[in-house]
Amino acid sequence: MSEHSSSAKLYWIIWGSLIVLTFVTAGVAYLDLGPFNTIVALTIATCKALLVILFFMHVKDASERLTKVVIISSIFWLLIMLGLSLADFSTRTIGS
Amino acid sequence: MTDSHAATQHGPELLHHFADEEQQRNSASLGMWLFLGTEIMFFGGMFLAYLVYRLNYFESFAASSRSIAVPLGAINTAVLLCSSLTVVLAVRAAQMGKRKLLIWMLILTLIFGLAFLAIKGVEWHEKYEEHHIPGNFMGRAFDVSDIQRDFPKLHVDPQHAQIFFSLYFALTGIHALHMIVGVGIFLWLIYKAWKGDFGPKYYTPVEIGGLYWHFVDVVWIYLFPLLYLIDRKPL
Repeated sequence: MSEHSSSAKLYWIIWGSLIVLTFVTAGVAYLDLGPFNTIVALTIATCKALLVILFFMHVKDASERLTKVVIISSIFWLLIMLGLSLADFSTRTIGS
Repeated sequence: MTDSHAATQHGPELLHHFADEEQQRNSASLGMWLFLGTEIMFFGGMFLAYLVYRLNYFESFAASSRSIAVPLGAINTAVLLCSSLTVVLAVRAAQMGKRKLLIWMLILTLIFGLAFLAIKGVEWHEKYEEHHIPGNFMGRAFDVSDIQRDFPKLHVDPQHAQIFFSLYFALTGIHALHMIVGVGIFLWLIYKAWKGDFGPKYYTPVEIGGLYWHFVDVVWIYLFPLLYLIDRKPL
């Protein structure tokens, strides 16, 4: 029943941070950070995704461990797909 | 005898095979997360295609991405984040049994969702006018010579640009389809909330519908930088 403890104030703070991060990511894109532009953009996106998943989707307070296992394995599967595929595609060139 | 007696003690919102309301709620969100796991892989396939082509055809991808208006994308991101706030406030209202607040938060979510789709429509129309829809959509043949003119320092290969825009329309299109499904779910939630079906003891549909809505929001959180902000640094 811990989900009852999440206060509306916390939700507004999370929302404010998400809006700020949105404008930060749009602004930073116009700076020349060399190869770091993409890294910064993806890091900010992952921070935003984590805020939504942990606080808005109540994963932080989820009492059921099995739910957390499902979430972590889902992300793990995605990383397997991306990682193994890129290991292949990045060692060859398409066309030309 | 005592067991069957205890089973009749609970209210109509608790199904017989669950021990208590909390177990029932946890089972429902576990099931929803399993579905969202399949959704992660579904969108993941498209993200993988995007990644492979972006790495190989970076210049054309960068130039094509520059032709998409950032302000509309940023506003749409903010609109979706606002809708996620109203969703989570709706869940809270249901938990506290505030029926009126719940209905208002659900309606606000619906409005934000429709606003997102409307802005998306404006963006797609812009791409249509600019001949940036792959193939020969409604008599407008795909043509990116305007992008080459705008960014002479980048080499734009029309075929590679066409792959970018195919991925752009596939990703934003499937995302928008999810938004339309979400709008349907929330219309149903508003109807149920209006009837007074939700309260502190039973708000599972609000929570589960909310999980779906937040997931679609998370997908957009990645789509915005990946499609709009590939390469915006001064040339």
